[in-house]
Amino acid sequence: MANNSLTKIFSQTEDTRLATPGINWAMLIFLIISIVGLGLGASSFIVGHEAVYNNTREVPWGLIIATYAFWAITSTGLCIYAAISHLFGGTRMAIVSNRMVWMSIICIMAAFATIGVEIASPHTMIIYNILSPNLTSNIWWMGTLYGIAVGCMILEFFGLIKGFARFAVVFGTIAAIAEVFANSCLGGVFATLPAKPFWYGGQLPIYFLTAAFLSGAAATILFNYLAYKIRGVEMSAAVKSAMHSAGKAMTLVLILYSVATFWRLIMFFVGGTELGRIAAEALITGPLSFFFWFLEIGIGLLIPMILIIIFRLQNVAIMATAGFLILVGQFFARYNMVAAGLLVPGTPGWDNAPTYLDYVPSLIEWAVIVGSIAVVCLGFLIGERVFGKIFDQKEHH
Amino acid sequence: MDIKNLEKEQNEGIESLPSDERRKFLQMGLAVTGVFLGGTLLSLTSVSTAKGRNADPAIPADGQYPYTKHYGMIMRQNHCVGCEKCMDACVETNNVQIGHGAWRTTIQERLTPLDSGREKREFRPILCNQCNRPPCVRVCPTKATYKDPETGIIVMDDKKCIGCKTCMAACPYNARYYSHAKHAIDKCNFCIDTLLAAGEKQTACVTSCPAHVRVFGDLKDTSSEIYKLLHKPDNKIWVIRPDCGALPNVFYMNA
Ligand code: SF4
Ligand code: SF4
Repeated sequence: MANNSLTKIFSQTEDTRLATPGINWAMLIFLIISIVGLGLGASSFIVGHEAVYNNTREVPWGLIIATYAFWAITSTGLCIYAAISHLFGGTRMAIVSNRMVWMSIICIMAAFATIGVEIASPHTMIIYNILSPNLTSNIWWMGTLYGIAVGCMILEFFGLIKGFARFAVVFGTIAAIAEVFANSCLGGVFATLPAKPFWYGGQLPIYFLTAAFLSGAAATILFNYLAYKIRGVEMSAAVKSAMHSAGKAMTLVLILYSVATFWRLIMFFVGGTELGRIAAEALITGPLSFFFWFLEIGIGLLIPMILIIIFRLQNVAIMATAGFLILVGQFFARYNMVAAGLLVPGTPGWDNAPTYLDYVPSLIEWAVIVGSIAVVCLGFLIGERVFGKIFDQKEHH
Repeated sequence: MDIKNLEKEQNEGIESLPSDERRKFLQMGLAVTGVFLGGTLLSLTSVSTAKGRNADPAIPADGQYPYTKHYGMIMRQNHCVGCEKCMDACVETNNVQIGHGAWRTTIQERLTPLDSGREKREFRPILCNQCNRPPCVRVCPTKATYKDPETGIIVMDDKKCIGCKTCMAACPYNARYYSHAKHAIDKCNFCIDTLLAAGEKQTACVTSCPAHVRVFGDLKDTSSEIYKLLHKPDNKIWVIRPDCGALPNVFYMNA
């Protein structure tokens, strides 16, 4: 009975154009990559984190937390744009907002999968987050709020499938609010630690929210572009115009984000503590300088900016390229932020500590990251295949 | 902070406090809460409600400590010869599974070039500062780490630890590590579950130190050695990374 009704729903939402061997193969490959990648990470539960990850007591976090933050932030961005479209209607992006809701769910799932192999005892978390909550803990709020957000988004998505418009709007709005607060708490996890002057301060949470708007717009363009690419069809004029709107949002936030990045770094050189300055120097001239100048700034900000200026948002493929580069840059921006804060020894001068501690992510850490990317690719394809019909609405309700 | 200069400096002591504050301190007896250090008042025996390094009225008066005992430690830093006997004693007493940076207490070392071309070698013991405003406790999502109301010691409830490692990032003193054996964070707890629980009055590191560097005791007990050292008028006392506002209960002096 339940099976029957599911089949009925799917038959109304699925896009049979994608029932091709090529797509099936791609799904299978992504499934295998995600199982292998995340499975390698999960081996840490047996052999111990210290055996597979290169983190130490001085550098307790690294690439995996950064990746978690990246997916969580992207999810927030997608969820907010979708909610704005659904709630206020009439925005050009509304036509693709169902796809954004789905991808927001997928991105947060990738985030959960990533942090699931980073936390040493995730099963304990499920029990004691409920039995022994600490309301002063940013981690507690972040986990709880993202949990609420994903629950609401799933309900919202159910509403979208069944055509319960008001139901979807209500849960979509709650989800977006929860995502904004969760994102803010994620920033707060870092921003409230005086031990790490590079993170400490009120700017980081708003910086994270700006990053969410940037990544969300970039992801919207990229996923929509890919959705048409895999079908081999042209975007309709309405979807093109949605892309144009997303492109405008992306450009605006790119400028805001670049300005924030500039001032955030300058601050460490006009005063403040030595530890903050040393961390900032890790990006500018130190061990993270390649990641910072080439990947975060060059690939992630400058080239997209140049592409936007030259092509003026007229060409969707170019915009999708810019969006992709922005996402790459954002990924490394998260890594640089996490690593720069941790690479600086807390008591410089003592223990003949090097200026920067040694942390290079292990191959298994990279495997987890590849696994999480595969989760998103797989989720994207499943969404297009199973719910493709409701992703582009001719008319928005 | 340059220790060499610090040694030469005059202790500003509580004499340089405004007279009002000073009177308050003296009335408080035990709760003399600080010395001026480079213009900053370090809180010595502050409690979780203390506002911190300012001589402000929020500093609790005597008798307002929320803990039955208020354990702390003072290091006579220049006496440390770096023999690391304390580390061995700690490992043995508390069953610390060494490897992968596991320690509850360690000795830091610093070499400072001197004008003569030679180098000055200093050692500094560190361990959990059992902070009064502990960042580790604030950030823990499941209250797996908390301040014991009996002793003021920061302890672990291993079964609640999810291994998120936020407390490790939050601790200004690098006092915590993840123990795969325990499936939880491990850290110094002033031997609360080993020696103190067995009725001992001292921690393993204290009794094993041949140079009598570490002085452990109840900050509320006016007859204790730690109390006397902390409140000796011309004693220059400092803490590590006061900027973090964690209000440590581990103090340093040169004796
Ligand atoms: S020293 Fe570190 S572990 Fe100990 S109480 Fe302070 S913050 Fe917590
Ligand atoms: S690692 Fe354990 S003790 Fe530390 S914050 Fe996370 S749950 Fe709490």
